[in-house]
Amino acid sequence: MHETGIGKTPVLELQNIKMQFGGITAVENFSLDIKAGEVVALVGDNGAGKSTLIKIISGVYQPTAGVLKVSGEQCTFSDASVARELGVEVVYQDLALVDQQPVYMNLFLGRELTTGPFNRLDRKEMLSQTQQLVDELDVRIPSASATIRDLSGGQRQGIAIARATHWAKKLILLDEPTAALGVAETAKVEKTIQSLRERNLAVLIISHSLDQVFRLSDRICVLRQGKQIGIRETQKTDKNEIVSMITGLG
Amino acid sequence: MDQLTQLATRINFKQYVVYIGFLLIFLFFAIVLKDDGFLSTRNLTNIILQTAPITIMAIGLVFVLSAGEIDLSFGSIVAVSALVAAVVMNEHSMILGILAGLGSGLAIGLFNGLLVAYLRLPSFLVTLATMGLFAGVARMLTDLRSVPVLNSTFTGIFGSGSLFGIPSLIYWTVGAVALGHFVFRETKYGAHVLALGDNARAASVSGIKILRMRLSVLMLSGFCAALAGLLYAGRLQGARYTLGEADLMTVIAAVIVGGTLLTGGKGTIIGALAGSLLMGMLNNGLILMGLSVSDQMVVRGFIILIAVALSLRDTNH
Ligand SMILES: Nc1ncnc2c1ncn2[C@@H]1O[C@H](COP(=O)(O)OP(=O)(O)OP(=O)(O)O)[C@@H](O)[C@H]1O
Ligand SMILES: [Mg+2]
Repeated sequence: MHETGIGKTPVLELQNIKMQFGGITAVENFSLDIKAGEVVALVGDNGAGKSTLIKIISGVYQPTAGVLKVSGEQCTFSDASVARELGVEVVYQDLALVDQQPVYMNLFLGRELTTGPFNRLDRKEMLSQTQQLVDELDVRIPSASATIRDLSGGQRQGIAIARATHWAKKLILLDEPTAALGVAETAKVEKTIQSLRERNLAVLIISHSLDQVFRLSDRICVLRQGKQIGIRETQKTDKNEIVSMITGLG
Repeated sequence: MDQLTQLATRINFKQYVVYIGFLLIFLFFAIVLKDDGFLSTRNLTNIILQTAPITIMAIGLVFVLSAGEIDLSFGSIVAVSALVAAVVMNEHSMILGILAGLGSGLAIGLFNGLLVAYLRLPSFLVTLATMGLFAGVARMLTDLRSVPVLNSTFTGIFGSGSLFGIPSLIYWTVGAVALGHFVFRETKYGAHVLALGDNARAASVSGIKILRMRLSVLMLSGFCAALAGLLYAGRLQGARYTLGEADLMTVIAAVIVGGTLLTGGKGTIIGALAGSLLMGMLNNGLILMGLSVSDQMVVRGFIILIAVALSLRDTNH
């Protein structure tokens, strides 16, 4: 269906990833490859370990065991900044926005533009680039200088997605990106995700909406209580199979 | 539209509470103390001069609070730094004395910062402990004796001197506020401090080195307190363990009234300057009114309470 990237080194390779928090095993023996231009959906019930996997890939958590490769190179992400430098961007479930700062400062958080001999923040430039970006992605906010705390849940989610899509160079991880969105906004985000595929980025998306998963993904990976139940090609499976894999019933 | 105007009044009111309060208290004293010389150039200049160390400490505290931490130990740092500077200056040289004073402030800030950032202890408890610890150290340093500072170059630069007819303490105040405002508002460092205090996790996943930031704001606060100590030593021509002892409440009040949030993520250096001047004016006016020390404490406490309540009042909650 999507020929791009096939046969090349995967953008992301996970081999036998294991994650323990004290006595709890949140993820065990998880393996997955994602190629450029491919959208993989990660599904599973609450507490299945989906967010934990995202945080391992982005470097927030260091896995207890296993191998993580980006573009064929083995990585040890000591913290989140390493993954960012490799072109990995994340939309976290809690969005990771700074509430009392304006939209444009959030878009450039940790990568602020500066100007002049004293390295002053270049607010004007950040503001105009942000305005352009939110206009392009059709994120409806009063202005790019609006404060995050004054925005609605959907608008915030739009900002977090805009930020990740703007900076991603290789891989983008989306943890329930449409959870707070209405029908029209969800459609917009899905269109954005399709455009990421066209940009030849690899996408890993977590979603509880199976309709959405079937609309967007090339493959579906199912987790149940930290265990990897299986991976299916979206075209060769159906909702019933996925539901029974998620619940373990049927 | 209705919501919009509501929003506007909320933001404006809270933002300008310090300036409105400043104006009201100023007018009050100007009328009540008309015949006591409150409005004389000499008295007004005096207020600014007496406020200089408060303003400098307030600048450091704006960074600490904005980063979501607190420093309660700066008063003790003032005393230690002033005493160290005075002793070293008298035994060696002025330059060494200044360096030793500033260095001890930085060192105590480093100590606070290491405990907070790397041992992950809450800054409230760490600096509460070091406040007591270094108040003790200040008493031990010279066995409770005060140390005179007779070096006239030092007392000129850090105290009673002036240049082009403008007192040196005004240069210190203006310079520190300008530099503090620039760093806080116009640099990446300032932006990262605010991000850290607002949402440490978001800051961290955005690649901001949050532990280093925590360490640095506490060191900055220590440095500011040490500079305040030098200004006290310069103006009073000597150092004593009591220096800075009474400034904890004044500085915190100045910063909060100025518009910096105790909960982090929002701060203002200019507001802290206005808050400091407000506190200085209050001190000055109450003394001129002839209130006894205990009366002054009670009145000042009440006024601070009102001002803090007004500046924190949030219609959202
Ligand atoms: N920092 C942590 N410390 C201890 N346990 C954790 C931690 N983070 C996650 N867990 C545990 O790991 C398991 C997986 O959590 P995770 O957040 O990955 O689930 P999820 O699949 O994202 O669920 P949801 O659909 O509700 O978002 C849960 O049992 C959770 O309690
Ligand atoms: Mg989750």
